[in-house]
Parts: sequence; C-alpha cells; structure tokens
Amino acid sequence: MATVVILGKLADLAGAPSLALPLPLMAELDWEGLKAALPPALAEAIEDPRVRVAVNGALLANKAKLQANAGDEIALLPPVSGG
Amino acid sequence: MRDIRLLEAPFIPGTLIGPFTNANPGLGGVCTFVGEVRFDDGVEALELTHYAPLTLPGMHELADRAFARFTLMGLLMVHRVGQMHPGEPIVCVSAAALHRRDAIGAVDFCMDHLKSAAWFWKRERRSGAWHWIEPRDQDHADLARWHRPPVGDT
Repeated sequence: MATVVILGKLADLAGAPSLALPLPLMAELDWEGLKAALPPALAEAIEDPRVRVAVNGALLANKAKLQANAGDEIALLPPVSGG
Repeated sequence: MRDIRLLEAPFIPGTLIGPFTNANPGLGGVCTFVGEVRFDDGVEALELTHYAPLTLPGMHELADRAFARFTLMGLLMVHRVGQMHPGEPIVCVSAAALHRRDAIGAVDFCMDHLKSAAWFWKRERRSGAWHWIEPRDQDHADLARWHRPPVGDT
C-alpha cells in the first residue's frame, strides 16, 4: 500500500486529504499507474505543470518519472496560495 | 539566535519579541513584522494547511538564505497553521543585527518568500462556504525583486 497525501484544492477533487492505494509489496507505481488509481478529476488536475509531487518528503524534479513502492508517501502539491 | 516554528494555536507576538531581543545581546537594531488575518469583506475564518515534511524544512532553508544574504545576529520566524479568525496573528518575523539595513532587509526578504514560495495552502470561509486562495501575480513580482543582482542592498 502507498499513501497519497493531497494538499490544497486538490483535496476537494479527491474528496479526502489522503488516499490509501492498494499496492502489492513488490510492485512499483509509476506516473501513469498513479493517475489510473486516482479519481479521474484529480488525475486530470495533477497534469497541470504547476502541480509538484514529492515522494517521502523529497520533491521530484520531473513528476513523470515517479517511482513509488509499497510504504511510500506520495504528496500532490498544487501551487501555494498568495498573500 | 535562531527560532523557526510552526504553531497550531493562537499566539501573542509581543511575548516572543522580548525574549528574542534578550537572546541577542549587543545588537544594534531589531526589526519585527507581524501579519494578521485581514477583516476582508465577508471573511469569517482563514485556514492554513501545510505539509510537514516540506513546510518547516523549507522555512529553515529560507532562514539559511537570509543568514547568507544579510549580516544577522538572530532571526525569529513563526507561522500559524490551522484555523484563524480576522484580527489573529498569522506570522511574525523578527531580525536582530548590528545595523538596521540588515534587520529590515532580512524581514522583507523572509516575508516575500513566506508569502509566495513557502508550502502553505490557504482557504477562507465566506457565508459558511470555503474558498481556496489562488496564487497572485503581485506575490511573484514581490519575489522577483530578490532575484535581481543585489546592487547596493547590503
């Protein structure tokens, strides 16, 4: 299982601030696999180039190269709010 | 003296400044900025969410950059998360230095970065409904000031 933490207005699309993705112990999750496992509106929203992704607290330079495993925490980070 | 914190509960900025000033003996000046939740039309509450693995570490990195850019003796950076009401303090940044320009500049630098580049998401409640606050062009313009060559800003 991997945990997806969903920040800001993306959480509204998910209906929850976090989701648990069932993931077999040896399976690896890539970007396409992640999107397929998320609600369609959220999967579409995270294509926005301003949405950043972190795995276990480390920001990915290129989210399309996501590689996550069981036990990982994936964070979906929309642009931060202004003043 | 460096004090970087996220707070889940209301705070009184005045209670932070005295101890911070005392912790930096020999200083030449202290500059303090306190931001409060504005009484904007119809806003009943403001909620800030953060992502623990990034938000506080990001504030520490910002403090590192402030220490590298300005000649500082101390830096206090305290930010609220959770739900707040208009009039409540949301952020307090205080810098102690031998000379005023370093103190004033460091606070300005930290505030511009906290407002537009720190990992906080805000939403406000109006007439009982929550609305997310989007990034503003002005915040990016504020940030861009610090990316120009630092001519004469020391």
